[in-house]
Amino acid sequence: MLKIPENIYGELVARAREGAPLEICGYLAGGADGEVKTHYPLTNTDASAEHFSFDPKEQFAAFKDATARGQRLIVCYHSHPATPARPSAEDIKLAYDPNISYVIISLSAAEPVVKSFKIKAGTVTNEEIEIT
Amino acid sequence: MKLTINGEPKEIANPTLTVTELLKQEGVSMPDMVTVQLNDEFLRPHQYPDVTVSDGDTINFLYFMGGGQ
Repeated sequence: MLKIPENIYGELVARAREGAPLEICGYLAGGADGEVKTHYPLTNTDASAEHFSFDPKEQFAAFKDATARGQRLIVCYHSHPATPARPSAEDIKLAYDPNISYVIISLSAAEPVVKSFKIKAGTVTNEEIEIT
Repeated sequence: MKLTINGEPKEIANPTLTVTELLKQEGVSMPDMVTVQLNDEFLRPHQYPDVTVSDGDTINFLYFMGGGQ
């Protein structure tokens, strides 16, 4: 289970809305128990409404900051401004990290929908999110 | 040799190890899909099979993150 503090959950939704119609992305860091503690908004280098890619320099900066805090990068998140909160074929194809949680913030419905998934070798598993 | 891999100190039995071999040892099945920093310097994927790590090195690797709706 992923535990996301209410303020960080709010930041994700607000950032997705502010970034729309482009996709936004970033990391969440925390403990191995799935408790999120730190939010790292990253640049979508694709600057696209349909794709996202992280900037490697920003990835390492987030990694080093999280490590210094005794945390690890446990979530890769991105938004779906116009489609549901489920991994697309491209999301699944490009999900190379078998350990990280993939969180999607969808704005396609009247209210934002946030869901988390583990993706291992093309197999998608839903992961429960608790707002703390 | 002693390495620090993604922030964790590790003892590696093999005295000579390329970055490709190290990534495989760390369970990375597709080395081209990770970005590597060796002692804070970025490596390019074509360097992974040729660059060897040394005792005391710090090596960090992060998976490519991307996708689309």
